[in-house]
Amino acid sequence: MTLPSSLGGLPGVGPIEIELDEPVFHSEWEGRTFGIANAVLVKGLFSVDEFRYSMERIPPVAYVNLSYYGRWLSGLERILIEDGILTEEEIDARMREFALDPELPVPRRDEPEFADLVLRIVYEGVSAGRETEAPRRFAVGDRVIARGSGTPGHTRLPAYARGQTGAVVRCYDAFALPDSSALRARDDPQWCYCLRFEANEIWGDTAEPRAPVFLDVFETYLEPAD
Amino acid sequence: MGHEHAHGSYEALRVKALESLLVQKGLLASDAVDRLVAAYEQDIGPLNGARVVARAWVDPTFKQQLLEDATPAIRELGIGGLEADHLVALENTTDVHNVVVCTLCSCYPWAVLGLPPSWYKSPAYRARIVVEPRAVLAELGLELEQTVEVRVWDSSAEIRYLVLPQRPEGTEDLNEDELAGLVTRDAMIGVAKAKVPA
Repeated sequence: MTLPSSLGGLPGVGPIEIELDEPVFHSEWEGRTFGIANAVLVKGLFSVDEFRYSMERIPPVAYVNLSYYGRWLSGLERILIEDGILTEEEIDARMREFALDPELPVPRRDEPEFADLVLRIVYEGVSAGRETEAPRRFAVGDRVIARGSGTPGHTRLPAYARGQTGAVVRCYDAFALPDSSALRARDDPQWCYCLRFEANEIWGDTAEPRAPVFLDVFETYLEPAD
Repeated sequence: MGHEHAHGSYEALRVKALESLLVQKGLLASDAVDRLVAAYEQDIGPLNGARVVARAWVDPTFKQQLLEDATPAIRELGIGGLEADHLVALENTTDVHNVVVCTLCSCYPWAVLGLPPSWYKSPAYRARIVVEPRAVLAELGLELEQTVEVRVWDSSAEIRYLVLPQRPEGTEDLNEDELAGLVTRDAMIGVAKAKVPA
């Protein structure tokens, strides 16, 4: 199954529209959506992979028609409902209250120590790197075929690369496999590799010359090409 | 872009509903949301990346460290954080031009470039840049020689990429701050070159 998010190579999408002097957030709700999602991520309500998978389950037509923060909002709402944190009925009811009374304030609850923690993460980061005892299966120069994890659901292998052969050009650290963490399965550390794919091998004879694609791929997606 | 944001009122109400319910259930800190928004609106942006690039242009040792392991290198300049925990810098040369995308969502090195512009997140850019990078770059105003290899980096895992643009000619007399002023966000994504001094 190809998720609507796997857009690489999709034809017929039209020109790229540039917005001059674009603000970081176009309106208050975009900023609040960004802030709420990141705050509850730090709170541990769900992982970033669960959040991405929630967005990827937006129906395909809606997915491409929603704005970026529209997808965040839709994904956030879906995961909060699925996890039993909120119900659709109470969101609808609360939304009607705000629609009827535009002056109705959003209640506040401050938690300065938690806000400090969130900002520390913003400025210091949080690594998805993992230790693993497993030996690396591949080295720079190896030819590999990108197969995917073999299970339906969230994946970080774009559809255009599935079944394609590439060359390992860089060996990266091990990271938690997003396919597993999106399902709240046990942490599954996987070595990561940067692969180089030649454009004509992926796109065929009409590919632009000298335009290779580089992709970061988890080891479990790969098998040797030779 | 009118279409993109036309549903603002529905979405504004929906977000208010989510925020108020999460606050009342004790799951959301309002001040954390305020400070997240302020950090990305007012502080974390492409000036960070521009400082990194300008330093690399004037300091060969720093440039080497940046190309070997970018995350500790930028930390020396006091720059780092979310979405740059595993940063890789890609050097543009006369033979190689690098351009970055995330076809699956919109991964982007927040700590050095801030939050991404709408076009970077658009289905059109995500769909097209991997398959026709020369055409897309030309459409965005960057014509590359046919001899130049265009490398498209699809940020599909935890690595985030920063393009190190070429230093423009005629900038020998500029200091580091002046050089940083030539380094645009688009040059660090790889859809433009650094500006030429006026």
